[in-house]
Order: sequence, then structure tokens, then C-alpha cells
Amino acid sequence: MNDESTNTPRRDFLKTCAVKLPQIAFALSMIGADTLKAAVEQDDYDPTKHNYAMGVDIHKCIGCGRCVNACKEENKVPDEPVYFRTWVERYIIPTEGETQVDSPNGGRESFPPPEKGLEILRTFFVPKLCNHCANPPCVQVCPVGATFISRDGVVLIDETYCVGCRYCIQACPYGARYLHPTKKVADKCTFCYHRLRRGLLPACVEVCPTQARIFGEIGLRSSPLRHFRRFNDIHVLKPSLNTEPKVYYAGADQEVR
Amino acid sequence: MDIILGNIATELSKVTGYMYPNEFELHWGILVVVYPYLTGLVAGAFILASLERVFNMSSLRPVYRLSMLTALAFLIVAPLPLLAHLGKPLRSYEMFLTPHSQSAMAMFGFVYAWYLMVVLLLEIWFDYRKNIVVWSRERRGLMKYLYKILTLGTTDISEKALRFDDKIGRIITIIGIPSAFLLHGYVGFIFGSIKANPWWSSVLMPIVFLFSAIVSGIAIVLLLYMVTTMFRWKRMDMACLNKLAELLLYAIIIDFSLEMLDFIQRLYESEESITILSQMISSRLFISLVVTQIILGTLIPALSLAWARFGKVPNEMKRLSFFVAALLVQVGIFSTRWNVVIGGQLFSKSLRGLTVYKLELLGLEGALAAGALLILPFFILYVLTKILPPWTKMETELKEPAKT
Repeated sequence: MNDESTNTPRRDFLKTCAVKLPQIAFALSMIGADTLKAAVEQDDYDPTKHNYAMGVDIHKCIGCGRCVNACKEENKVPDEPVYFRTWVERYIIPTEGETQVDSPNGGRESFPPPEKGLEILRTFFVPKLCNHCANPPCVQVCPVGATFISRDGVVLIDETYCVGCRYCIQACPYGARYLHPTKKVADKCTFCYHRLRRGLLPACVEVCPTQARIFGEIGLRSSPLRHFRRFNDIHVLKPSLNTEPKVYYAGADQEVR
Repeated sequence: MDIILGNIATELSKVTGYMYPNEFELHWGILVVVYPYLTGLVAGAFILASLERVFNMSSLRPVYRLSMLTALAFLIVAPLPLLAHLGKPLRSYEMFLTPHSQSAMAMFGFVYAWYLMVVLLLEIWFDYRKNIVVWSRERRGLMKYLYKILTLGTTDISEKALRFDDKIGRIITIIGIPSAFLLHGYVGFIFGSIKANPWWSSVLMPIVFLFSAIVSGIAIVLLLYMVTTMFRWKRMDMACLNKLAELLLYAIIIDFSLEMLDFIQRLYESEESITILSQMISSRLFISLVVTQIILGTLIPALSLAWARFGKVPNEMKRLSFFVAALLVQVGIFSTRWNVVIGGQLFSKSLRGLTVYKLELLGLEGALAAGALLILPFFILYVLTKILPPWTKMETELKEPAKT
């Protein structure tokens, strides 16, 4: 068999080409068709029919940092450890004394073992990201309206319009925004909006090995988020600021800020 | 890349407690400190000028025009630090074209334009109109043409026309006082309305900004009056100096009381953020807040002003005390701006950690750039005084234009 294939005569080669080339051409045209199909789908997409939100089940998070990695790669977030669209915090509550919080490199490479000799009462991980608030202070303060709530409930930034004044970064109570070091505009989590529009889940949700992140829609009965909110005690971060966050936490301790 | 990562590593090592990862970088640096400092000087100098005009404080006459020109010189420079600080400065015009009506910052352009065009330029023009017309006739060469342009074609300096000028000037000043309040109160609102930041979020912020603006404005005019009179080899008007010192003292007392009220209220309410803010004051801000702002910038000047103004002190000593006090006040008010802007970013919004601000020497956000922006208004003021001399002696010289 090997002999046959290695000693293919010229005629056979030409014959194969005659069969394969149209196939390759067809495959190439399908790539085009795919984009076209997506474009058609996008035209069909009615943003007013969606209201996206996320749930985070703190009991399930194991602090592996895969979500942080996936986000950095999917969204080309700068590699330095001071720019994150999502990060994971570790809370260590000792039997006595102050709660310790850390997030080395955003939890991207998971966490080092806790301090030796510390008597730990409880410890848990908290994934953080933009809360896509329904009453967002960042949108309120933007002087040019470059950051806005999309009709499907996602807080986005128009990077072709942002002037880079950083007022939104100051106004965000959750530290979810940063100034992109090369683009010089504000940047933050978009719930992977480019994926949502194609019917895909945000990258962090997709890769989570324990399904600690639940993505869905607020109004939709069949949405997993609905189930999550129905059967868990839900907390949001800094509720006193009246930002109406749309990232819902199950099992968030009072220490989580 | 390694250098950047190395820098980040050293920066991270200075953090105590926990900061959100995106908070390691301080977003508003020295340029944003310079901006409210400059606008404060504008508002303060203008309010001082309006005291003479509207409230007829005649002893302030020698500094009326000087304070107007000071306000203008500083106002021209005020937006530059903001512009230099933007990530995309070429898009700044969008704030005028498509302003977001709910944003405090978006309104800056309009408040600024209103203040510059409607208040300051108009008032200065009406005040100098008679002189400009006279100079356009008397002077020779290039200056003659400059003054001709500045007359804007109206050369009528009859009694009636001058009365009209005076009336309009007074009306503009009356509009100007709330405008000056708006200009700097609004700067305070930019910070005070940020609920995410417990160090900034305070209803008193615009009022504290305003009174500190008045303090710095009076002090800068006092300094400029003393320096310019000295360099022109003229005698200082002691009545004017005494009045300035008195007003400065009152403004310091009101400003300090308001700040203490804010401070005591925070301590007494003792909200969630009080622990981290107390830590910040006793460690990171101790020098700039307790030493520079309160002791050097407020208490010492207030005491020296009170002593020199109301005590039995020879004039020489009075002048020296006033000068030193006004100088210290400038240092104090600059520290106030620093403590608000930088202080508000030294602690984490997680209320669990503190970071440090490293002021660079070079670069757009460096100390040299900030220094240049602080010196620039004085050059502009120098040019302005050459074109529109504010000295009252000019008035007396101009009393006899009939000869020409």
C-alpha cells in the first residue's frame, strides 16, 4: 500500500488534482458562505429581545484561573498582570484576625498555598468581572457617551470614540476597567459580545471546568440563569451604591467587596 | 517587556493589603492635580476683582485689573493639563460636538467657554476700552495697529459711552460671580459626585473647592501685586495690602472650618471606609495632608496673617509676613489638590489595601511637564501686562489725553 502511494505516476497525480481541486474550492467557498450566514444571522438578531446577565456560584469555583486565561486570549487583553477583564480573588478567613484577600496575577496561574501556620476558618474563591450594571456610574460620567448600555443589556465601550479621560475608570466601584496600554482607551469585559452575537457563550463561561459561571438571559424562562437565580440566595456586589449589578453571586460572604 | 514587567513587579511590591488588579496603575496623575489648582486660581482671582467692582471695596482698586489679567492668564492654561492627560487628545473636540449631558466632565467645555468668552474677555475689554482707544491714537508702529484691532472698531469715548461701559462692566461682573462659583464648584462636583470613591464622594466637595479657590486666588494676587510693585520700584499701597491680607485670612478661616467639618463628620459617622482612610492619612498622606496642607499651608499662614494684620507691627514686617503667608498658602492649596486627586487613588475600592504614587520626572505626566504648566501662566501674564498695563498709574497718565 505504501509502495502504491509513494510511486504515484503523473497521471494519477493529475487525476487526484482534478478531483480534489473542486473540493478545495468548494471548501474555500464554504468559509465565505459561513461568514455570509453569520452576517444574515446578525441581521436577524434582535437585541431588544435579549437581556444578558451572569451568575457566579462561589461554592463551585476552584480557583484554577482558566477563565482568566481564556479571557486574556479571547479578548487579547494585555499580558501584564495589571490589566484584567476578569480575575479571581481568594478569600482566606482565619479563625481570628483580618480576612486576607489576594489575586496574584489575577489568579491566572491559580494560587500559591496559604501562609503556613495560619488557622483557617474558611476559604473560597470569587471570580470578578464587569457587573454590567443596569444603573452604571461609568456610563453616567463618560463625557462623550463612548460607553453605553447596548439594547441587549451589555455595557460596552466604543473604542473609536473614547477620548481616554479615565473618568469611567474612577467611577467604577468594582475596579473592572483599565486603560488599554497601547490603544489608550478604556477597556473592560464585554461578556464576549462578539461571541454572544454568534450564539456562543462568553469564553470564561465556556472553559469553566466546574460550571461556576452561569450565563444567560434575565427574562428567558429556559435560561440556565433563571434556574440559578430561582434556587440560590443571590447577592450582588456593593448593593448600597445602587448600581444594580447584573452579575449575581451565590454564596458570597459578607467579606466580599 | 522584561523592563516593564520588572517595573510592575517593583510597583506591586509597594502595595500593602489587597488592591483590585486593575487599580495598580494610578489613572489620574500630577496633571490632574495641576488642573483644579489652576482653575482655582482663576475663580479666586476673579472673585477678588468682583469684590472691588460690585461691592465697592475701593481699597482693592490697585489690584482690580491685575486680578482680572491673572484670572485670564491662568484660564488660558487651565485646560492644557487635561488635554495633555487624555489618552486620545485629538478626539477632545467630541466633548463639544457630542457631549453627554449627564456627564459632569462634558460640561467643562461649555462652562469654560462661557467663562472665557462671556465673562472674562468681555469684562476686560469693557474695562480697558477707553485706554485701548487712547493707546490706538497715541502709540506708534505695530502696537498702534494691535490696539486698533483691539478697539473692535468702536472708538467712541464720550462721557455717555464710558458710562455705558461702566454699567455693562458691572452687569458682567454680577453675572461673573455665579459663573466663577460655577467654574470651580463644578470642578469640585467632578470629584464629589463619584460615589464609588469614599474619599471624594462628599456633598461639601464643591463648596470646599470653591473656598480653597478663593484662598488661593487672593494669595496669588497678593503675591503678584507685591512682586510687580517691587520690580517697578513703586511704593506698595498698604491699605490695599491690609485689605487683601484681611480677606485672605477670612477666606482661610472659612475654608479650614469647612474642611474640618467634612473631616469630623467622616470620623463621627465612621462608615465602612474609615479604617482604610485613616490608615491612608496616617501613612501615605501624612506629609502632604497633615504637615503641608494643614500646618504649613493653613495654620501658620493664618496665624502670621492675623498677627501682622491686627498686631502692632511695622509695615516692613507686615509686608514680609503677608508675603510668606501668601507663599505658604499656595503650597498648602497645591497640597490640597494633591491630597484630593492622588489621595483618592491611593487606597483600593475594595477598602483592603494601599498603594503608592510614583511621580516621574520626565514625560508628559512628569514633574517637569507639570512645572512648565505652572510657570506658563506667568509668562502669559507678563505679555498681557505689556499689552494691557494694569497699573493704576496708567489711569492718572490717561487723565490728560485731551492734549492729543
